Amino acid sequence: MQVNKNMIVNEIKEKNYEISLKEIIEIDASPNGEPIEYRDLNNMIHKSVNNNCKKIVLNNVCGQRFIGAALQGDIEIIINGIPGNDLGIFMDGPKIFVNGNCEDQVANTMNHGMIIIDGDGGDVIGLSLRGGTIYIKKDVGYRVGIHMKEYENKIPIIIVGGTTRDFLGEYMAGGIVIVLGLKFLPDGSVVENKQPICGNELGTGIHGGSIFLRTDANLEDKLGVGAKISEYGANEKAKITPFLIEYCKNFNIPIDLVYNKPFQVIKPISKRPFGGTYCSQLI
Amino acid sequence: MTIAHEIISYYKVNINREDCRKCKRCINNCSYGVFSFNGEKIVAESDKCVACQRCVVMCPEKAIHISQNESYLPPHGNYTRKIRNIIWAQSGNGGVLLSATGNDRPIRSIFDDLLLDACQVTNPSIDPLRETIETKIFFGRKPKKLEFIVESDDLNDVSLKTKIDPNFEIDMPIMIGHMSLGSISYNACKAIYQAAGELNIVAGSGEGGLYSDFYEYAPNIITEIASGRFGVDINYLNNAAGLEIKIGQGAKPGHGGHLPGEKVSSLIAQTRMIPKGSDALSPYPHHDIYSIEDLAQLIAALKEATRYKVPVGVKIAAVHNSAPIAVGIVRGGADFLTIDGFRGGTGAAPRIIRDHAGIPIELAIAAVDERLKEENLREGVTLIAGGSIRYSADLIKVIALGADVAMCALPVLIAMGCRVCQQCFRGLCSWGIATQQEYLVKRLDINIAKNRIINLFRSWNEELKEVLGAMGIDSVESLRSNRERLRYIGPNPRIADILGVKHAGE
Repeated sequence: MQVNKNMIVNEIKEKNYEISLKEIIEIDASPNGEPIEYRDLNNMIHKSVNNNCKKIVLNNVCGQRFIGAALQGDIEIIINGIPGNDLGIFMDGPKIFVNGNCEDQVANTMNHGMIIIDGDGGDVIGLSLRGGTIYIKKDVGYRVGIHMKEYENKIPIIIVGGTTRDFLGEYMAGGIVIVLGLKFLPDGSVVENKQPICGNELGTGIHGGSIFLRTDANLEDKLGVGAKISEYGANEKAKITPFLIEYCKNFNIPIDLVYNKPFQVIKPISKRPFGGTYCSQLI
Repeated sequence: MTIAHEIISYYKVNINREDCRKCKRCINNCSYGVFSFNGEKIVAESDKCVACQRCVVMCPEKAIHISQNESYLPPHGNYTRKIRNIIWAQSGNGGVLLSATGNDRPIRSIFDDLLLDACQVTNPSIDPLRETIETKIFFGRKPKKLEFIVESDDLNDVSLKTKIDPNFEIDMPIMIGHMSLGSISYNACKAIYQAAGELNIVAGSGEGGLYSDFYEYAPNIITEIASGRFGVDINYLNNAAGLEIKIGQGAKPGHGGHLPGEKVSSLIAQTRMIPKGSDALSPYPHHDIYSIEDLAQLIAALKEATRYKVPVGVKIAAVHNSAPIAVGIVRGGADFLTIDGFRGGTGAAPRIIRDHAGIPIELAIAAVDERLKEENLREGVTLIAGGSIRYSADLIKVIALGADVAMCALPVLIAMGCRVCQQCFRGLCSWGIATQQEYLVKRLDINIAKNRIINLFRSWNEELKEVLGAMGIDSVESLRSNRERLRYIGPNPRIADILGVKHAGE
């Protein structure tokens, strides 16, 4: 609702924020317990970046949208709290660490960079992701990795520690999605998650890229149109290992635990799943 | 399983044997493989012919003539030849029939039923040849009122308090519709962007990204963010006069996009950032937009991403409830709104949707304009109307019905040499327009094509001025939603009611 109000009233006043010329700055996103408008918060981030600030710590973030939108450069943003929708949308380079959960559309159409979430993620994570890395510690919602793309050596990666819901990797055109199916207990221990690792319509419409699921469950019934289960060979293992090592290091998970179960790989049947649907006869 | 019917061809290729000197230029020029040489003479397979006229024009002896094949089919007023052909095609091939360009059903045009007013006695007309008639348009959100701060006692010493949203200026109320690199060729795109630049109008990029060669034309390009998000990165967002979220297209409301893998050449792959040869599929909805609130969120995200420097708009197809949808979109923060009528064009769309979904732009734009006025939102937004603006008469009428800018695309292609054979989805365009094949693309001379587009729109603009002068109006902005200057002569007075136009004689 903040969005509507902002766009219509259109009376955003230029506020003069006190931003010091430090390499690391801290911004309180909810001074006096009242969350500030997303536009103001993003303005502060941009001003900091323009002042050559390399590390920004955002405290008490409470649902502010578009954090890191279209941000470029070698910048680190640490978010303490819950960022709103479209975290890192169109982002091109920075690293974002979230100490908390996330809402929907994390890394929407992100081009490059890294987003690490120490919690749960929402729906539609990595929509049309073009490059970069997303590591999520726990569970995510529906339609994760939808329409991810790749081009030459620009291959986006999403790793989810917990489980996912329906339509994982829908319309996927490239990149790698890995789901581990783990559960993180409050005491810090890591166990197998008893929830299904994914929902229905797995990889429906997939025409590029691959989905790795760490499970021995039968996935045949869950496959969507144009998806198939393919062999998890040495090549596949070599492809994901570096990312798994990085992921495990980030969240202090023993790598052996991840490898104690085999992966199943979902791949497209064809680069042209709907090629035969249409008829181009002269009428 | 394909079990093709033996059906008679639509066209008949006639070669005048006396004139033919067997130079084989027709064989080289026909990209549909109609002609071959059997050692003795040129042979034509009429059933492959699409009547694109390339051979007719290129034959040095003018020995080729294409006619309609009127052979034997028994006549039937209801089961027309086209309907029978559709049934034969589907029972033979078993698929969703593809089509290109716009709706080709002979549905009565409402534009043709509208007449323009002119001055007589009681108000003087203006001579456009000697007096200034303004055709400029400012593209973007306008403030509802202006507030000033008085700086001192001197009343001239005031400054503007109201913050003005980004606007850009175009010299004619014309936008060249969105056609992506992929649906049309590199040369066609370049000619369009160069022409838009010289005319200072805007052209749409389509949803296939913007090739880096075209960044120099960015001040006259509106880039499109569609559900496939092809080629959308920070350079794409920053190299545009405006950004448009494509929700729908007049030719295929509610449908996604599908660029077949064989058209994804390395150039297209690079621009769209997908692997070469794979299908470029645009999902049917945007999966981050399931409601007006979500749309408002993407508008806000795009404004945030471009640091509020360019207007952000939305394009929808004209459908039954366009007016309330438009209100939601404008309230959601759109700076401009494009409405594409049911006759709007496409490079490839299922025939069933192209021919049967959506409503005419005349009705949609009138309804949207009226509803936005009722809600006190009209002045803030730039309205663009497309969906078969065929010539300047349609442009003038659509502005009088409520649009700020008229959008058209097929007239631009026709100006470049398109013969409207409606085979764009096959990628074999013999005129080098709707193709990605190098040897065909080369046939389109960028400079000639550009100058033809410039000629076309300069003449439209002159005709617009002539009409404005005859109406006694000195600025196109005063024609906008000026329905008093239109009269209806069609068969259905209900249409006149919806348009808010009186019947002729009233």
